[in-house]
Amino acid sequence: MAETTTHVAEPTRRDFLYIATGAAAAVGGATLVWPFIQSLAPDAATVAAGAPVEVDLTPIAQGQIVKVFWRGKLIFIRHRTAEEIKAAEDVNMASLRDPQPDSARVKEGHAQWLVVYGNCTHLGCVPLGQQGEYHGWFCPCHGSVFDTSGRVRGGPAPINLPIPPYSFASDTKIIIGQEATA
Amino acid sequence: MSEHPTTYVPKSAFGKWFESRLPIAGLIHSSFIAFPVPRNLTYFWTFGAILVFMLVSQIVTGVFLAMYYTPNAALAFQSVEHIMRDVNYGWLIRYLHANGASMFFVAVYIHIFRNFYYGSYKAPREVLYILGVIIFLLMMATAFMGYVLPWGQMSFWGATVITNLFSAIPVVGDTIVSYLWGGYSVGNPTLNRFFSLHYLLPFMIAGVVILHIWALHVPGQNNPTGIPIKSGKDAVPFTPYATIKDIFAVVVFMLFFAYWVFYLPNYLGHADNYIPANPAVTPAHIVPEWYFLPFYAILRAIPDKLGGVIAMISAILIWCFMPWLDTSKVRSTAYRPLYKQFFWLFVAVCILLGWLGSRPAEGWYVIASQICTVYYFAHFLIVLPVLGFVERPLPLPNSILESVMGVQKGGAGMPAGANAEPHSKG
Ligand code: HEM
Ligand code: FES
Repeated sequence: MAETTTHVAEPTRRDFLYIATGAAAAVGGATLVWPFIQSLAPDAATVAAGAPVEVDLTPIAQGQIVKVFWRGKLIFIRHRTAEEIKAAEDVNMASLRDPQPDSARVKEGHAQWLVVYGNCTHLGCVPLGQQGEYHGWFCPCHGSVFDTSGRVRGGPAPINLPIPPYSFASDTKIIIGQEATA
Repeated sequence: MSEHPTTYVPKSAFGKWFESRLPIAGLIHSSFIAFPVPRNLTYFWTFGAILVFMLVSQIVTGVFLAMYYTPNAALAFQSVEHIMRDVNYGWLIRYLHANGASMFFVAVYIHIFRNFYYGSYKAPREVLYILGVIIFLLMMATAFMGYVLPWGQMSFWGATVITNLFSAIPVVGDTIVSYLWGGYSVGNPTLNRFFSLHYLLPFMIAGVVILHIWALHVPGQNNPTGIPIKSGKDAVPFTPYATIKDIFAVVVFMLFFAYWVFYLPNYLGHADNYIPANPAVTPAHIVPEWYFLPFYAILRAIPDKLGGVIAMISAILIWCFMPWLDTSKVRSTAYRPLYKQFFWLFVAVCILLGWLGSRPAEGWYVIASQICTVYYFAHFLIVLPVLGFVERPLPLPNSILESVMGVQKGGAGMPAGANAEPHSKG
C-alpha cells in the first residue's frame, strides 16, 4: 500500500477517480445553475406578447412622428416630408459612422415612411424628434444626433436607430413584427 | 502588538459554561472592549461606526417600507404615494430611507478619502481596503436598484440607461441586457427582480462588513501619523475611549441626517421622480443621484459607448490597485508635502467631476469633463507611482505617543502619569 502511493509517479486509479468525480460535480453544478440563469430571460408570456401589431398610417400627417409599442419597445413611425427624404438620400456615405443608404432603411415605394426603434442606441433614452443638427432626432441624455433616416451623425451612439421587422399590408397599413413573405 | 489584555475570562459560572461552548463573549471583548486603539485618532476615524449605523438604519427602514410597498409596475408608484399619504409615519420612514442612502454615501466618501489621505490602503491593510471597495460597489448596486423601486420617471430612465451600459459588451451585450430586463425593455420583470436584489444586497453588505472588520482587527487601525503602535503607551483600549467617541460622532451625524429628513427631504432627489414612469418620454435632463455623478461624468466624457463604460468601471476598480501604485514608503500625507498638494487637487477634480456630471452633456462641459477624467486617471497612474521616488518626506515621529505628547526628555515637565498606559491610569 505505502509503496504504491510513495513511489508511483504515473497517474493512478485514484487520480482518475478524483478527476472523474470533479468533472461530474462541475457538470452537475453547471446543470443546476442553468435553469436559474434561464429564468432571468424574457418569459413565455413576454415572448407571446411580442405578437405582430397592425398600425393604421392614415391619421399620421406629413412631418409627424408617432410613437407605438411593440414587445414593450418604443417605435417611431415618421411620415417624412420631401425635404426630409432628400436630406436623408443626399448623404456622403463615407461620412457616416454606420454607413447605410436611406434606401436600405425604408421599404421600396414607401420612402415617406420611416419606421425605427425609438430608443437611442447609446443607452436607451428617447431622442427628441425634428431636433439636432440634421433635424432628425436629438438625444437629450448624452447628445447623440440622428438624421432624418435615423442614422447616427454625432454623439456617443455607436449605430443607427435599428429598423424593426415590419411590412406593408396595404399602402396605409403596416404590420410591425412581421416581415413581408416574399 | 500591545500589552493590553486580550484574553477574556468569564466571571459567572454560566459565562464559563457558555464560553467553553461558543466563545462569542471573548470575541466581542477582544474586538470591541480590550482592542488597542491608537491614542491619536481624530474624528475621521468615527466614520466606520457611522457607516455601520447607516447600514442598520437602511435595513430597518427598508424592512418596514417593504411591508407597504408593492413591487409591480402598475402599482409601485401608487404604493409609494400610499406610504407617503396613508401609512402612519410612512412619510418619515420613506424620507429616512431615501435620505439615509445619501447620508450613507456622504459617510462612505469621507471614509474613503480619509483612507486616501492617511495611506490606510498600504501594506498590511490591502485586503481590508479591497473589501471596502467591494462594499462600495455593493452599495452602489443597492442604491441604484432602490432608486428604481418608486417607478417614477427617473427610476425608469435611470434603470434604462444603466442596464444599457451592458449592451456595450461586444457580441453578448444585447443578450445580457435582455436577461437583466427579463423582457425587451425595462418593465415589470425588471422591477420585481430589482426589488428582490435590493432586499438581498444589504445583507450581503453586512457580511462583507464583518470580513472588513475582521481584516481590520489583524493589523489594527491606521492613525494620523501612519506609524504603527509600537508599545502600549501608543494605544488606549477600545472601550471606553473609542466607544464613547464613536457614539458621540454617530449622534452628531444623526443631527445632520435629521436636518435633511425634516427640512430638505426632497432636496437630494429629483422632481421628475414624482411623475409616474413613462416609457415613451425621457425627462429633458436625466441625472443620476448625486453620489453617482463623478462616475457619470467620466462615462459621458468618452465619446465612445464601450470606451465610456470601460472608463467608468475602471474609475472605481483602479482603487483596488492603489496599494501597489503608490510607491511611497510613508503612509500619512501629513508627512508628504508634495503629495499633500496633489491630494487636494485630486479632491477638487472629483468634486468638479461631480458637478460636471450634473450639467447637460454639451459645449465646454464635455471638454472640462474630459480634462478632469484624464487627470483622475493620471493621479493613480502617474502621480502615485512617481511621487514615491521624487518626494522627500518630512521626518516621522518615533512613536504615536511622541506625536501627541512631544519628544520626551526623561519625562520632565510632564504631568505625572500623562504618558503612562491609559488602563493603568486613575
Ligand atoms: C445598503 C442599504 C440600502 C440602500 C443604500 C438603499 C437605498 C434605497 C434608495 C435610494 C431607495 C429609493 C428611495 C426613494 O427615492 O423613494 C430605496 C427604496 C426602497 N428600499 Fe432601500 N436601500 C437599502 C436597504 C434596503 C433594505 C434592506 C430594504 C428591505 C428590506 C429596502 C427596501 C426598500 C423599499 C421597499 C424601497 C421602495 C420604497 C421607496 O422608494 O421609498 N432597502 N432604497
Ligand atoms: S442615451 Fe442617447 S445619447 Fe446616451
